[in-house]
Amino acid sequence: MSLLDIKQIHGGYGGMNILNGVDLTADRDEIVVIIGPNGAGKSTLLKAAFGMLKINDGTMTFDGEDITHLRPDQLVGKGISYVPQERNVFPSMTVLENLEMGAYLRKDDYSRQMEWIFELFPRLAERRKQQAGLMSGGERQMVAMGRALMLEPKLLLLDEPTAGLSPLFIDQTFEQVKAINKTGVGILMVEQNARQALHIADRGYVLTTGRNRITDTGANLLANEEVSEVFLGG
Amino acid sequence: MIDFLQLLVYGVVLGSILTLGAIGVSLIFGILRFAHFAHGDIMTLGAFSALAVVSLGLPVLVALPIAMAITAVIAVVIDQTIYRRLRRTAPVILLISSFGMALGLRSLIQLIFGPNNQVFAKGIQMPYRWGDIVVKPDHLLIVGGAIVLVLVVHMFLSHTKMGKAMRAMSDNVDLAAACGIPAERVVMWTWILAGCLATAAGVFLGMDAQLHPVMGWNILLPVFAATILGGIGKPYGAIAGGMVIGIAMELSTMVMPPVYKPAVAFAIMVAMLIWRPQGIFKGQA
Amino acid sequence: MELSGLLFYGISLLTLAGIYGILSLGLNLQWGFTGQFNIGIAGFFAIGAYSTAILTAAPSNSFVGGFDLPTPVGLLVAVIMSGLLSVVIGWVTMRLRTDYLAIATIGIAEIIRLLLKNEDWLTNGVRGIPAIPKPLGLDSPLAFLIGIIVVLVVVYLLMEAARKSPWGRVLRAIRENENGVMAAGKNIQRFRLEAFVVGSTVMGLAGGLYAHYFGFISPEAFEPLFATFLVWVMLIAGGSGNNKGAILGAVLIWFVWSGSELATGYLPAEWQAQAGAVRVLLVAILLQVILLTRPQGLLPEDMGAGRTSDPTPKEGRPRKVPAGE
Ligand SMILES: Nc1ncnc2c1ncn2[C@@H]1O[C@H](COP(=O)(O)OP(=O)(O)OP(=O)(O)O)[C@@H](O)[C@H]1O
Ligand SMILES: [Mg+2]
Repeated sequence: MSLLDIKQIHGGYGGMNILNGVDLTADRDEIVVIIGPNGAGKSTLLKAAFGMLKINDGTMTFDGEDITHLRPDQLVGKGISYVPQERNVFPSMTVLENLEMGAYLRKDDYSRQMEWIFELFPRLAERRKQQAGLMSGGERQMVAMGRALMLEPKLLLLDEPTAGLSPLFIDQTFEQVKAINKTGVGILMVEQNARQALHIADRGYVLTTGRNRITDTGANLLANEEVSEVFLGG
Repeated sequence: MIDFLQLLVYGVVLGSILTLGAIGVSLIFGILRFAHFAHGDIMTLGAFSALAVVSLGLPVLVALPIAMAITAVIAVVIDQTIYRRLRRTAPVILLISSFGMALGLRSLIQLIFGPNNQVFAKGIQMPYRWGDIVVKPDHLLIVGGAIVLVLVVHMFLSHTKMGKAMRAMSDNVDLAAACGIPAERVVMWTWILAGCLATAAGVFLGMDAQLHPVMGWNILLPVFAATILGGIGKPYGAIAGGMVIGIAMELSTMVMPPVYKPAVAFAIMVAMLIWRPQGIFKGQA
Repeated sequence: MELSGLLFYGISLLTLAGIYGILSLGLNLQWGFTGQFNIGIAGFFAIGAYSTAILTAAPSNSFVGGFDLPTPVGLLVAVIMSGLLSVVIGWVTMRLRTDYLAIATIGIAEIIRLLLKNEDWLTNGVRGIPAIPKPLGLDSPLAFLIGIIVVLVVVYLLMEAARKSPWGRVLRAIRENENGVMAAGKNIQRFRLEAFVVGSTVMGLAGGLYAHYFGFISPEAFEPLFATFLVWVMLIAGGSGNNKGAILGAVLIWFVWSGSELATGYLPAEWQAQAGAVRVLLVAILLQVILLTRPQGLLPEDMGAGRTSDPTPKEGRPRKVPAGE
């Protein structure tokens, strides 16, 4: 059984279903990438996994436990962390305070985890007293990921971590994602920079109109002609 | 010139009181996203709670923390029994509920304590004089008390886990939930903090003049003006906002009848809404 | 009470219920349809009342008025003045979230009250303005009641027409989903301002009628309690978004409010002085009970899911950020 196991999930924002029966699995030792056209429901799928959606049908389990109807605040404690695409830092708080908020649920000493995050993102170490809202997009993305890692999650949900970043930062972000995954944190990531993302992905899902379209390994998806033409822009 | 300095003194006193009210309004707005129209009457409640304790023979300064506790408990109870249920539907309903709460609290206080003016202590205080400027001991107490309380709030918000959680939730509720920050506990602490500050504001207001069931309602508009001036949802801005409004209100009496002091506060607020609705201070959040 | 006294009481009860019904319809356009939070009803009500009072009352030595003008002129100016006031307030606040509108309207209402009390040259201060004539020869109470009912029905029909019109649909769409409407290319601020101004002029008209009904007005009548709070309770109780509900709520709550006055008459003598506070407390509690148990009111809005009955538990509470941020 996989760490995260989503089976035939249907759900939406109160009105119509946006997800119409999606299956997905993710494990601790892999990077899983979701791609698809705008409005396909990629972000919605991540929100579903993080308990932010009204689930009308289907089941989700995490670590063997049913999580279909749990809320975000119940899920963080179980080892899922989520980085939204936008509004993903506390803008009036410093980098350090952002990380502390990420560790809110921890009662133990988390200084080692914080040190590790500062090693992973050296830029943050230099700027720990700076207000997150005043930082560049790339730096904010690091703050957001660092914050999400403070609880030492088993699975990290990332919604377009490279959106709006310069090419240099994009490469760096993918390297960091790989590094995070190496420490045993499963990655489930939505990406617009699909080609690059699939290069580091173990497996990938192509989503259209709230349904699974194609599921395969990252390498196979890159080689797939249809994927290449329709979803990777030729 | 003497007039001006004297009015400046009164302005700082009034500004201290407004600041304490405005920090609470700002905190509540930051966390719950609604303008709390019963805040003035929470101040009145705090003042009269203190009066009840004083009438047992205790000095005002001892009565203050007791009144804070009473008021904070009542604020939490109001939130848990009424506001909390309405939060789940739409925050804008909280506006009308708090408006009703304002009138209800005021009537209740009037029923219990009567409709007349009352004072904490009878008799006249010997004022200090610097040249022609007169300062009552109570004035020093009010300004000093406000400074201490503002420092305490600052320590709380910047150095305690709950204080930081409050700022986090005020910055971004959804992300706070994603961190596992317990929203309801934060809300409760917000009411405790705002209730204590409102109590101090009410007690100081009663020390400066008299206690009356409408005292809080009458100062609500200047408190809102201070809050908006400082940037609604930004507790630190409330300090500047409170001082500017307080001083402007007192100085205006040089050129206008004192009854229009609230109008001056309002005019500044409207100017602010036109020019810069996010408050005096630049920057995020 | 003799029969004629009872009859007279009944007529005055209904007349005031009718005036409150007009106020409630005005608020329904602002809050019920558009989601605007006006708690300065007293201000618009007062502007309307004083405009027509100053213009139509008999000349007096103690203040600039009365000008002894015909009552229709007075009522027209009442409508225009309240409209102008609302344009100014609306212009400042329409681009901001509704909390600012709330604060701005209550501020204006308070300032108007201060002006009424203190600018004796204009308003005769706390002594008030006497000798305001009855309009159009509606001298008997019954005739005046019929006049009020006619106005109420006309306003009701206009509001119903507005509700069903494309304009009304846009207003509700703005209330439900501002961004969606913006995406559809509508100028939200203009629609909001129109709704706010029209609603406020209806309140001004109600104020004018109130002045003519009593023939005497003083600042006391424009405390936020009577003119603002009661109207809100009326609309919420009757059903915001529903014009029939607005009228039903006005009549019911006015009966409750007037009835409570009779009831507090039986309180022991030492409580008599506090009767007002008791009544306010009761209505304040009534409001909370309605909000908690039947937020949609007696006659809910007829459009599927209303604003308050739309549970969105998992998505979290809807959040609107001031446009300025
Ligand atoms: N909060 C929301 N409320 C209602 N509908 C929403 C909400 N968020 C998204 N939707 C709708 O759900 C559908 C899927 O949106 P989603 O954000 O999941 O797409 P996406 O695949 O992430 O697209 P993109 O590549 O643009 O990020 C869209 O039709 C969108 O309009
Ligand atoms: Mg998306």
